[in-house]
Amino acid sequence: MSSGVGLLSIVTFLPLVGVLAILLLCRGTGEDAIRNARMAALWTSLATFVVSLFLWFRFDPGTAEFQFVEHVEWLPEFNIAYRMGIDGISLFFVLLSTFLTPICILSSWTAVQVRVKEYMIAFLALETLMVGMFCALDLVVFYIFFEGVLIPMFLIIGVWGGARRIYAAFKFFLFTLLGSVLMLLALLAVYLEVGSTSIVEALVYSFAPDLQIWLWIAFFASFAVKIPMWPVHTWLPDAHVEAPTAGSVILAGVLLKMGGYGFIRFSLPMFPEASEFFTPLIFVLSCVAVIYTSLVALAQEDMKKLIAYSSVAHMGFVTIGIFTATNQGIAGAIFQMLSHGIVSAALFLCVGVVYDRLHTREIARYGGLVHRMPAYAAVFMVFTLASVGLPGTSGFVGEFLVLLGAFEVNTWVCFLAATGVILGAAYMLYLYRRVIFGKLERVDLQTMLDLNPREIAVFAPLVVLVLWMGIYPSSFLDPIQMSVQNLVDQHQAAMRAMGETAAVAAKGH
Amino acid sequence: MDMTYAPAIPEIVLACLAMALLMAGVFGLERGRTVSWLCVVSLAVTLLLVLAGGTDRVVGLGGLFVTGAFAVYVKVLVLLGSALAIVMSLTFNERESLDRFEFPIVVLFATLGMLMMVSANDLIALYLGLELQSLSLYVLAAFRRDTLRSSEAGLKYFVLGALSSGMLLYGCSMVYGFVGATGFDAIAAAVGEGGEPSLGLVVGLVFLLAGLCFKVSAAPFHMWTPDVYEGAPTPVTALFSVAPKIAALALFVRVLMEPFGDLADKWQQIIVVVAILSMAIGAFTAIAQENIKRLMAYSSIGHVGYALVGVATGTEEGVRAVLIYLAIYLFMNVGVFACILAMRQNGSAVENISDLAGFSKSRPLVAGIFAALMFSMAGIPPLAGFFGKFYVFMAAVNAGLVPLAVFGVLASVVGCYYYLRIVKVMYFDEAVEDMDRPLPSEIGVVAGLSAAVVVLFVVVPWTITDFAGTAANTLFAG
Repeated sequence: MSSGVGLLSIVTFLPLVGVLAILLLCRGTGEDAIRNARMAALWTSLATFVVSLFLWFRFDPGTAEFQFVEHVEWLPEFNIAYRMGIDGISLFFVLLSTFLTPICILSSWTAVQVRVKEYMIAFLALETLMVGMFCALDLVVFYIFFEGVLIPMFLIIGVWGGARRIYAAFKFFLFTLLGSVLMLLALLAVYLEVGSTSIVEALVYSFAPDLQIWLWIAFFASFAVKIPMWPVHTWLPDAHVEAPTAGSVILAGVLLKMGGYGFIRFSLPMFPEASEFFTPLIFVLSCVAVIYTSLVALAQEDMKKLIAYSSVAHMGFVTIGIFTATNQGIAGAIFQMLSHGIVSAALFLCVGVVYDRLHTREIARYGGLVHRMPAYAAVFMVFTLASVGLPGTSGFVGEFLVLLGAFEVNTWVCFLAATGVILGAAYMLYLYRRVIFGKLERVDLQTMLDLNPREIAVFAPLVVLVLWMGIYPSSFLDPIQMSVQNLVDQHQAAMRAMGETAAVAAKGH
Repeated sequence: MDMTYAPAIPEIVLACLAMALLMAGVFGLERGRTVSWLCVVSLAVTLLLVLAGGTDRVVGLGGLFVTGAFAVYVKVLVLLGSALAIVMSLTFNERESLDRFEFPIVVLFATLGMLMMVSANDLIALYLGLELQSLSLYVLAAFRRDTLRSSEAGLKYFVLGALSSGMLLYGCSMVYGFVGATGFDAIAAAVGEGGEPSLGLVVGLVFLLAGLCFKVSAAPFHMWTPDVYEGAPTPVTALFSVAPKIAALALFVRVLMEPFGDLADKWQQIIVVVAILSMAIGAFTAIAQENIKRLMAYSSIGHVGYALVGVATGTEEGVRAVLIYLAIYLFMNVGVFACILAMRQNGSAVENISDLAGFSKSRPLVAGIFAALMFSMAGIPPLAGFFGKFYVFMAAVNAGLVPLAVFGVLASVVGCYYYLRIVKVMYFDEAVEDMDRPLPSEIGVVAGLSAAVVVLFVVVPWTITDFAGTAANTLFAG
């Protein structure tokens, strides 16, 4: 156990240096100041990404222990401390956050023209909060980052969003806050039970079964809204549609993963018996989500809304995978989240490209884009197929592992989830056909320009990653493996212990 | 009986200074800022004397007066609140032709009353302090006597305040009748004897509580608050929302924990109900408000509700949470009122929330501070307001009041809506008319200071929490 401040804190708080730089150095409202603010944000976020890569290089995949651990006293009388550390589960979420932020900033280079400085500050602050959340090893620190995310996201949707941005921003904020405050009480209860807010200590503590049920429900209230699960997903389509492109990218790419991360980090290991008890509920809700939201996606007229509903369906896979409590299921769920983080982010960027040119997201307004924009059509195809889960793309690996895990536990769940794959192919290919293929009839479409160098720079790393994750997933699965294995082992040990107590109790009667 | 005056030296000095300044005002320094700044200096001197007095528990004036870490902590907050309120009033009063020398001096007398309340160790001393404070505040509420709203506010405050004082006094006399003493220590000894407390004592306690609930504007005794907040001149509202509230809540805590500490199972149910009502009324009624001062009135009712959650626990941890809450509340509220005082269009003050439209474009810095304060009030981490609620709810969960805590967090989500609405108006709506420039420098300093506290609390929380811990400990040590 090392102490003091290290690499994780640098990755977490480096973006704030950019915030300070923009606040103090980019004075005035002229073109130069705006340009400097953009540059400062881009370089800070790129630097953060580079530093975060060292986490990957120096990560030891051979252990399930937390690594890069930091410990700074904060409120010693309450045993609350600034504790940071990552394991295989959180490593790639940190990288995902630092990877997507520069892409977001680059993608809004020309799309955002009002209040550029504030926009850049909001994104950098958001990055700090996201990274901090995935690194936190203290319940209170975790909660601060988890909930702090709401402030910049509220402003991003509300200030730079579309026509119904105010409604969407409020709905997003209040929905997620409602879930989070119940989790806050559960965190307090965990703290009073364990006597410390250290997540490491909480993970090895065994809670009484009755208490587990209540705590599980409170945590569920927060994560289910965040991920989001049917039927509390309704904030997501609104938020996605109204948010600016980069806002949707971060929302789909990272913020939804907070829910899944929470389930893996807290619900499953801390409350194994309650998790077991509620698994049927999760499976039912997830299957409904997969099938129902896929059908809803089929009927959408708005591109962003369609992708938003597809996100809910994909997150249904994630929750199924997590609560199978099998090695394949959980690894698949994590992989699916990473893949979805890249693919859905890229799809929103694809929508953003045509939206910047035509200022509409209505599917019917497009058609035949392949004739004018071949490069765009190719990029869009890669991500469409990845979203469908074609072998060779990142989407396949996660879905396949989740289905494998589900098959071990419950074939019906596996069957229902698999129908979601088919429906997913249906709505994505239908979208692709309507936008890209067909005749190029509309006049305004005939002047559309293909991807410019900046947009190619945005998409290139995403395409590379999607193919890398699809063709050679081991680079990503190996570091995850030990932590997941450890999680599953502990879960099974808890289940055995529960079985023994039940047997003893039965004998006693 | 120990008749030492030593523990009351800060109050005595403040009283002398206030009277001297009154004389100075009458015979010379009629206008200008001199008297105001001298008043601020007097408060600063008092603050230093309070700090110099040390944090050991000392009883003086024949048992009427007590000081200790708890009293020192609360007095520091009260003095800060009053001083900042005077500073914030300077420019406003000049612009609105209210710059009479009596204004800061009446604030001094009110502050003196608050300090006496905080240190009261006897029902008589309690009443004396409370009335000195209340009478000064009635005058302040009606200070802009030429306008109907201000006079109405003063009169309403006076009538309802007198009613509540009457109830409080009735409660005091009941307690005296059934215990035979007015000193807190004697009451505590009588209550602590064990056995079922007499009905008269409990009824007296209920009346006492009703009177105190009036003073802290806790529901269902909150009716006066919105009208008085709206009608009084804005710097007076700023004062109302911090210093008297903090003093009255401290008194509330002391009365419940010290003399009636052993009746916790009796008063806990009352406080729980009052807390729930306050949080609910604060959250739901504020939604419909259009006037920002009225909104702050309901917001303060809600905040009192959260603080009372900490009181309801009846534990040392709960008291500590209340004290932390009060400190954070002080800085948030002072900052918000500094921002409200910055709202001026075409040379006159505006008070409607809709007037804030586009504030973020015309005054990005003030709007940023205002937004941070609103998020803090809503209790969103990492801002200070979150920690206030965090400690209170932690104490509640620890004391087994889980349903109350659940209700509290749900109310805070509802309350979030109206704080967000202000952010929305400032950032999402287009400006109709720009705000005046430039900002008076002292307002800017106060707003900046409070924003710094709210934002940086997360980095150095122990500066406040350690002191609060010591302060809470003194109430339970004996």
